[in-house]
Amino acid sequence: MSAATTVSIRNLKLALPKGSDRPYAVDDVSFDLQPGKILCVVGESGSGKSMCAHALMGLLPDTIIRQAGEIAYDGQNLLTLDDAGWLALRGRHIAMVFQEPMTALNPLMRIGDQIAEMFEAHNLLTPRQRKQKALQLLREVGLPEPERSVRAYPHQLSGGQRQRAMIAMALALEPAILVADEPTTALDVTTQAQILELIRDLQRRRNMAVMFITHDFGVVSDIADRVVVLQHGKVVEQGAADDVLRRPQHPYTRALLAAVPSMQPPPRTPLADRARAVEVVGLDKTYVSGGGWFQPERRVQAAKQVNFDILQGETVGLVGESGSGKSSVARLVMRLIEPDQGTVRLGDTDFTRISGRALRKERSRIQMIFQDPFASLNPRRKVGNIIADGPIAHGTDPAVARQRAAELLGLVGLNASAMERYPHEFSGGQRQRIGIARALALEPEIIVADEAVSALDVSVQAQVLNLLEDLKARLGLSMLFITHDLRVAAQICDRIAVMQRGGIVELKPTATLFSAPEHPYTRELLAAVPGQISSSRAA
Amino acid sequence: MLSFIAKRLAKAVVVLLAIVVFNFMLIRMAPGDPAMVMAGEAGASDQIFVTQLREKFGLDQPLPVQLYRYVKGIATLDLGFSFRQQMPVAKLIAERLPATLLLTGTAFVISLLLGVLFGTLAARFAGTWADTAITILALIFYATPLFWVALMAILLFSVSMDWLPSFGYETVGANYTGFAHVLDVGAHLILPATTMGLFFMATYARMTRASMLEVKRHDFVKTARAKGLRDAVIQRRHVLRNALLPVVTLAGLQAGTLVGGAVLTETVFAWPGIGRLMYEALLQRDYNLLLGVFVVCSAMVLAFNLITDLIYRAVDPRIEFAS
Repeated sequence: MSAATTVSIRNLKLALPKGSDRPYAVDDVSFDLQPGKILCVVGESGSGKSMCAHALMGLLPDTIIRQAGEIAYDGQNLLTLDDAGWLALRGRHIAMVFQEPMTALNPLMRIGDQIAEMFEAHNLLTPRQRKQKALQLLREVGLPEPERSVRAYPHQLSGGQRQRAMIAMALALEPAILVADEPTTALDVTTQAQILELIRDLQRRRNMAVMFITHDFGVVSDIADRVVVLQHGKVVEQGAADDVLRRPQHPYTRALLAAVPSMQPPPRTPLADRARAVEVVGLDKTYVSGGGWFQPERRVQAAKQVNFDILQGETVGLVGESGSGKSSVARLVMRLIEPDQGTVRLGDTDFTRISGRALRKERSRIQMIFQDPFASLNPRRKVGNIIADGPIAHGTDPAVARQRAAELLGLVGLNASAMERYPHEFSGGQRQRIGIARALALEPEIIVADEAVSALDVSVQAQVLNLLEDLKARLGLSMLFITHDLRVAAQICDRIAVMQRGGIVELKPTATLFSAPEHPYTRELLAAVPGQISSSRAA
Repeated sequence: MLSFIAKRLAKAVVVLLAIVVFNFMLIRMAPGDPAMVMAGEAGASDQIFVTQLREKFGLDQPLPVQLYRYVKGIATLDLGFSFRQQMPVAKLIAERLPATLLLTGTAFVISLLLGVLFGTLAARFAGTWADTAITILALIFYATPLFWVALMAILLFSVSMDWLPSFGYETVGANYTGFAHVLDVGAHLILPATTMGLFFMATYARMTRASMLEVKRHDFVKTARAKGLRDAVIQRRHVLRNALLPVVTLAGLQAGTLVGGAVLTETVFAWPGIGRLMYEALLQRDYNLLLGVFVVCSAMVLAFNLITDLIYRAVDPRIEFAS
C-alpha cells in the first residue's frame, strides 16, 4: 500500500447465503481509493458493487459472510474491526450518500436535526453549535434558503435539494472517504449535472477519496479518475478512466459501452402520409389541493394547452424533468384521469366524451407499459392469468385467452412455461417483457410506455428497446413513449415533444430536435446529458 | 387547524344523528311493545292501563313524532327516562361512566405500554427464542376467552392467595376516604384492568413488532448507522418513532370501542360500569337506557377518532391539516 492510498481493498471475498444464485457476492476483488481521486465502480444490478460499498462501511447484512481478504485503512484491517471501532469510524472517517434521498432521510425529523445528529453521534460540539454548523453546511452545498431548509422536513424539499442535504450530512465531519452509492440515479438530468458538479468540487477542495458507484457510463466519463468494472462479483477490468472508456479490454466492458444508447438519432423514414392514431387537442389539467379557512389552496398545472398527434406506426416521445407533466399527460391520454378541458381522439372516436360500456370497450385500443416491473405486476397472480385477465374481461373465452397468452410470451421472447409461474421468479428485464405481453394481450392500436426502460440495466434496456421497436413494426403499433432519458428517446422516437411545467415547449422530428434545438429549455436538457464526449467515442 | 376541528366536529354531529335515528328505528322494529312490558311488570296488564302508559310516554304518537321528540331531547342532553330504574337515563349513565373510564383507561394504558414494550423487544431479537416466547405469550392472552382468564385470575390471586379483591369497585361498607379510598379502588382495579389489558396487548405487540421490522429495512436506518450512531439511539429515534405511526391508528380505533367493549370484564368482576348497565338494560328491555348507552358509546368512538387524527397529524409532519 503506497503512501498515496487512503483505502486498500485486497482479495475481498464475501459469501452469499446458501441457496443464492451464486456462491460469492464479491469474489476476489481488489482496488484502492486515493485521496483527491474519484473511483467509479461500474456494473449492472447484482454485480456486487453495493456489497463492496457496504463492506467498506461495515454495513453488510448478517447473512453475508466475510470469507477472505482485507480492507486496509489507517493501519488497521476493517474486516476485523469490532462494533465500537466501527462506531468511531462511521461518519467521522467514512461517510456515505445513498441513491434515493427521499428514503435515506428520516421522514419524521427536520433536516437540521438529522445533520446535527452527525456531531451528536461522535460527541462533538454543543447542541447550539451543531445547529449553526448544520446551517453552514447547507449553505456550502448550495441549498436555497438554508435558514428555511434547516427547519424543513424531507418531504418539503425537492429531490435535488434532498440529495444536497444528504451530501451536507455526509461531509459534516470532513471524512477522508466518501462512498456514494448511485447518488444521482433518482434525479433529473439537469439536477444530476449539478450534483455531480457539487461532488467533484467538494472532493477536490477537501482532498477526499471517493468511491462512486454507478451503472451509467455517461456519469463515469464525467466524473471518474479511475474505473473498476464488476461482473457477477468479479473485477473484469480496472484502470484509468480514459483507458477503460477509450480502450476497453474486456468483452463485458465493451458490451456495456456499446449498449449505452447514442445521442445520434438513427435515420428514420418520414410518416407524413399516414392517418392519425391519436389526436390530442387543448388538454388542460390542474390539480388542486388544500383550501380551507386558514390555508390557501395549492394549484399545480400538470397540463396546459397540450396539443399533439401520433400517426399510425409512429413513436412520439414526451421528455422533460420530473414534475413537468409527462406522466399526467400519459394518464390523460389513457383516460385514467379526467381532463379539465380538451379532447383526446383515438382514430375517429372522441375518447374523452364516451363513458360506461362504450368507454370500457374502447379502452382495449390503448394500453400502458409501466416503469417499475416489480410494482406493476400483481405478486399473487400467475403470469398466465396476468396476461389473460384483460381479454377475459372483454369477453374472450378463457381457454382462447390463455392460448393467446402463451403465444404472446413467445412473442416477447419468453418461454410459454412462464404461464404457471409468479412474477417474483423473473428478473427485472423478464418482468418488463411480461408487462409488454400484458399490454399487447388486448391487441391495442396504441401503446403508452411510461418510463418503460428506466428501471433496467443498460444491456437489458437495449434488448427491451429492440423488442419494442420490433413489435411496433410487426403489429403496426403507435406509441407514446415517456422518458427522462434523452439518449433512449433519440433511439426510439420519430418525433419528440419537450415538456416543461405542464406545457409542450418544442415538438420536432427527433433528428431536428437534437441537431437544432430552439427552445432554451431543450438546449439546457441536451447539454445536461452526461458523458457526451465519451459516448461518441464508444459509438 | 381550527377549521379542521370545526369541520370534523360538524361531520361527527351528522354521523351521531344518523346513529341515533338508526338505533331508534331498530329498537322500535324489535318485537315486543314497551308499554305492554311496563304494564306487565307493574302487574296490571289491562287495556286501560296500557293505553294510559302509551299516552304518558308518547308511545301513541306516530313514529316520526316520537323520533323528533327523542332527537330534540338528546340535543339538550336529555336521554329519556328509565322506567325500570325510575331514573333519568343521563343520570344513570353519568353515575356509571367514571368507573368504566377508569377501568378501560387503565386497561388501555397497560395494553399499549406492554404491547409496545414487548413488540419492540420481539423486533429487537427477531428470530430468537425471546421473539418466539413473546409472540406465544401474547397469542395465549389473545386467544384465551377474556372471561376465562378473568376467572382464573380471580381463582389464583383472590381465592387461593388472597392478595386482591375479586369483585366490585370498592370495599362495600368500608367508607374509606382520601388516600385510603384511592388505594382501595386501586386494589380493586388491578385484576380487571390487567386482564383486559393483557387481552388487547397482543395486537399492539404484534403490530409494533411487524412495523419495526418493516421500518428497519428503510434506507434512513442505514443512514443513521452510517453516521456512527449507537444502536440504542437508532432504535429509539429512527426505528421506533416511525414504527409507532400504525400503532397510533390502531390505538385510536381501539380506544373508541373500549367504553362499550368492557361488558364481559365488568360482568365477571361485578364492576359497576357502563358495560354492566348495558347488559342489564338488555335483559330488562329497558329501551331508553339501551339507546342512551348506544348514543354515549357512539359519541366516544367519534371523539376518539377525532383525537387520533389530531395526534396523528402531530406526530407525522407529512400530513397537513388542509388535505
